[in-house]
Amino acid sequence: MVHLVTAVIKPFKLEEVKDALKAIGVLGVTVSEVKGTGRQGGHTETYRGSEYVVEFLPKVRLDILCDTAETDTVIDTIATAARTGKIGDGKIWATAVDRVVRVRTNERDLEAL
Amino acid sequence: MSATELTPPSTSPVDATSAPARGTRGFARRLVAPKRLLVSAAVSAAVAAVLVTVLANSAFAQDVAPEPLSAADKFTQNTNLMWIVVGAALVMFMQAGFALLEVGFVRAKNGAHTMAMNIAVFGTGATGFFLTGYALMFGGYYVKVPGFDWGYDHALGSALIGSGKWVFLWKGGWALTGGKFAASGAVLGFFLYMLAFMDTAATIPTGAMAERWKFKSFVLWGFFCGALYYPLFGAWTWGGGWLSQLGNSWNLGQGYTDFAGSGVVHAVGGVAALTGAIVLGPRIGKYTKDGKSRGIPGHSIALAGAGTLILMFGWFGFNAGSTLQIADGQFGLVAANTGISAALGCIGGMFWVWKRTGKPDPGMIMNGLLAGLVAITAPCAFVDPWAAAVIGLIAGVLVVEAVFFVDHRLHIDDPVGAVGVHFVNGIWGVLAVGIFASGKYGVDAFGTGLGWNSTTTHLDSAGSATGVTGILYGGTGWGQLGAQAIGAATIIIVMGGFSFAFFKLSNLLFKGGIRSTAEDEIAGLDVPEMGVFAYPDFVGTGESYADDESPSKVPYGD
Repeated sequence: MVHLVTAVIKPFKLEEVKDALKAIGVLGVTVSEVKGTGRQGGHTETYRGSEYVVEFLPKVRLDILCDTAETDTVIDTIATAARTGKIGDGKIWATAVDRVVRVRTNERDLEAL
Repeated sequence: MSATELTPPSTSPVDATSAPARGTRGFARRLVAPKRLLVSAAVSAAVAAVLVTVLANSAFAQDVAPEPLSAADKFTQNTNLMWIVVGAALVMFMQAGFALLEVGFVRAKNGAHTMAMNIAVFGTGATGFFLTGYALMFGGYYVKVPGFDWGYDHALGSALIGSGKWVFLWKGGWALTGGKFAASGAVLGFFLYMLAFMDTAATIPTGAMAERWKFKSFVLWGFFCGALYYPLFGAWTWGGGWLSQLGNSWNLGQGYTDFAGSGVVHAVGGVAALTGAIVLGPRIGKYTKDGKSRGIPGHSIALAGAGTLILMFGWFGFNAGSTLQIADGQFGLVAANTGISAALGCIGGMFWVWKRTGKPDPGMIMNGLLAGLVAITAPCAFVDPWAAAVIGLIAGVLVVEAVFFVDHRLHIDDPVGAVGVHFVNGIWGVLAVGIFASGKYGVDAFGTGLGWNSTTTHLDSAGSATGVTGILYGGTGWGQLGAQAIGAATIIIVMGGFSFAFFKLSNLLFKGGIRSTAEDEIAGLDVPEMGVFAYPDFVGTGESYADDESPSKVPYGD
């Protein structure tokens, strides 16, 4: 069984999270630059004397496929590394994955990780 | 260019007072300087050797044998000409500054359109200026230096509209044809320098009207500005027309005095930016239904900042080059004043916007610096350094207030602040001459006793000739301030009306008006108008404004 762990974190925490994941043996991470809004909300700035609202703040999204048995370890590792304690630290969630295929070899599921 | 000094000397009498348009870019007075000034000219011996060699090989057929000039005099004359040509190149480089500044201040989706305008305006404007603009502006211009003839001893043409002290347009030398042009490097060098100034005026509206101006309409503006709009006010001032003659006709100081063009270039371009932005209306999404102004950040503060600094670099050609002769050591004061005013404008804008909004907005630091440059452009040769500092500091505060007023109160959308920088501070610079001019410069043109405008002698209470004098330096200053005020009012009313009529008329003549369709504007003008993205490798950021009240009333976004 494979789970997909998805984490949305503060961009400057990416290096720390990556290092922590490497340390527990996670082999692959997909990283995307994303924007989002949540409890942190946006903020209002002034440009040439006129206000504008930055509603969607930049975040980094990580997608990690892992053995279901290791899901909590991965989640805890990310949460610990990404935590600043301030609003806007992000979210982590996990979903069950039906099927995984390694493109090069056609291996399936756990073999494909 | 080497033929300059070989044109036959004038045989006509030197009649200073009756000349309708005597060398009225008035500072072009003494083209051959005392040798002690020559020593101070920053020209290397290597350049001298090259010039002398060129001169030696440049004989051409002529009807009248010229009086031979000494090698030193030839060198001085050509060094002066070189100052003009180098100045022209510096001023033309300002176009790169305008381009970067404006592109940086618009959104990425309009980058190619804005950049294209800033390049094409040189082509269209220069073509118009070449065909008719120069003749209309400078057909009556000449410079006569007793003993030395640099090839500009006679006016190329005559009055087209008006006569005597009341000339409104000149004719002579359409498309640089006519005997004088081929033979005279002086005339052609001067033409090139003036072309660069025209280009500066022509490109100012492209900033205020950016992100929503049909390219077709912009092209027409370029030709119109170069061929007629810019030369009109130019003829009245630097060309020897009625504004420069106000000292003669109405006894107002030395007449309207504008050293390098706060009024002639910046306010004239700036008022067109204002009227153009009015006719176009604000960009979609700029104002909310309840009339609140939204900030629409430009996509590259880095480009805008580089553009600002390039503009400052070129400005030293604009102002210091306007001595039109390296032999006139006044260019040192001019350059210093230019730098001082830019610095004070920069901190004036920075601290004022900091106080007003809580942050030192980079865009307003840039606008402040440019405002200082615009404001010192008219007075730079006539004021002491302390006055340049005051003028610059006021300009920096003024530009912030002007940008806020135009945006928040008048609801005129000007993405780059062209109205605040060029129009408002151009007018401020024009008036500053009448306040701060010290009376030390512009005393004695050609050694004929005429003042800076070459139209009248300015006497103090003791009967001695004085330079351009503002109200802080004597009773006659009120006349000078009056002439400056008339010039400023003329720009606002006449040139403002003229440009407003042009844009309004264009709006009627162009199918669908001069404003892009709402669809094109939302998509960004790059592809609909130009067929190319400024940044094809990046994902564009479209935006929608749910509560927008755009003049077009066309649905957009979702």
